[in-house]
Amino acid sequence: MDAALSPVAPHEVEDIEIQLLLEALFQRYHYDFRHYARASIKRRLLQARTHFGLPSLTALQERVLHDPEMLPQLLGFLTVQVSEMFRDPAYFRALREQVLPHLRTYPSLKVWIAGCSAGEEVYSLAILFREEGLFDRTMFYATDINPDALRAAEAGVYSLDRIRKFTENHQKSGGRTSLSDYYTADYGRAVFDKSLRANVVFSDHSLVSDAVFGEMQLISCRNVMIYFDRPLQDRAVGLFKDSLARNGFLGIGSKESLRFSRHAGAFADFVPEEKIYRRREP
Amino acid sequence: MTPDPARALVIGASAGGVQALLAILPELPADFPLPVLIVLHVPADRSNVLAPLFASKCALTVKEAEDKEPTQPGVVYFAPSDYHLLVEADGALALSSDELVNYSRPSIDVLFESAADAYGAGLVGLVLTGANEDGAAGLKAVAAAGGLTFVEDPASAYARPMPEAALRACPAAQVMSLARIPEVLKGLGQA
Repeated sequence: MDAALSPVAPHEVEDIEIQLLLEALFQRYHYDFRHYARASIKRRLLQARTHFGLPSLTALQERVLHDPEMLPQLLGFLTVQVSEMFRDPAYFRALREQVLPHLRTYPSLKVWIAGCSAGEEVYSLAILFREEGLFDRTMFYATDINPDALRAAEAGVYSLDRIRKFTENHQKSGGRTSLSDYYTADYGRAVFDKSLRANVVFSDHSLVSDAVFGEMQLISCRNVMIYFDRPLQDRAVGLFKDSLARNGFLGIGSKESLRFSRHAGAFADFVPEEKIYRRREP
Repeated sequence: MTPDPARALVIGASAGGVQALLAILPELPADFPLPVLIVLHVPADRSNVLAPLFASKCALTVKEAEDKEPTQPGVVYFAPSDYHLLVEADGALALSSDELVNYSRPSIDVLFESAADAYGAGLVGLVLTGANEDGAAGLKAVAAAGGLTFVEDPASAYARPMPEAALRACPAAQVMSLARIPEVLKGLGQA
């Protein structure tokens, strides 16, 4: 049989469609998912296809290329991150007990939450820093590529049915106050106190394409780089390396590692079991 | 036509799964020729006890799956609690914290569907005991890609709903008792 006409599995055709769709998103809208880990991107795109009731990923590409109003919804599928406040309480406990004593020695602090999604981690860190008396001297930079996520993060409103878990996590993280001190309940929603974001800058920033924007004492980027392929992970870790002050701290997700990174040598283990690293002296 | 040689084994289990896997994994020899990828539902806060539990009882190397890790034959990889486990096209493992699928994270469907893409007809899928229906769509995907499909006999399984759902989705799957599974697995990947 002619090789060009030989049968291919349906998923191989889908792989071609995914590549073309990601290229289209990049060329048309400058959103670059081409170096995201493919297996997860595929699941998310197939969910979007089903949601929009389209027969194929090619049809999805056709729609989004010609209909910019569809982009935010598609971005929601491609970037949505379900998180919790104080997710992995032991991580926040390690920040509280082991990292903050070092940060206390600085007169002013900059903290970057990279890939802040709907803001759960931003409010967690703001509360932690307030409990530890460091909030007033800290500027927080919360960044994401998804404008809807940034708006949600800035609003700081979460469904009340999630609060029980948030509260439990906060207690396990060594919380010195009650989480209920920081929100008001309103029609099934918890509205977080706007004073928590007094020192927070919410901003569009891409780990794929944007550059260093400040010198940080702490960067927290959790469960973001698992969605990247190796070269893109290297880029992100390089950006963190160049953004950290001398002896600055980097926290990543509990199942992520710098071990395979090109920049591993620039970081020393600080709390290895919680994946908190410290920038080595250059 | 000879069947494609097996290249990987995926296993999904839920309620009763620890006991079922204790009847299977310790029986596999150290030179078992396939990587073994497992999703076992456990409560999210009972994190990561599985690999140590099984490592002490198995001839195979048993570990928790790491993101971007290449798979090796004769190694058992457990999905970490609270993360989905997927396989990339090049056979490397990937983790995700995307939303729950079938109320589960890790989800059996997520592992099986991505592994079916990666390994095609070289994949063997096995659904064991469980009280929900995760794994049914995944096993169907394994069959659609040309892989081998096995289901623990619901009649003797600790919990029937999961193997029953898998059989409804994938009627051609081979049904076997827990006692017989190790013997069948030992025959895989042999020339």
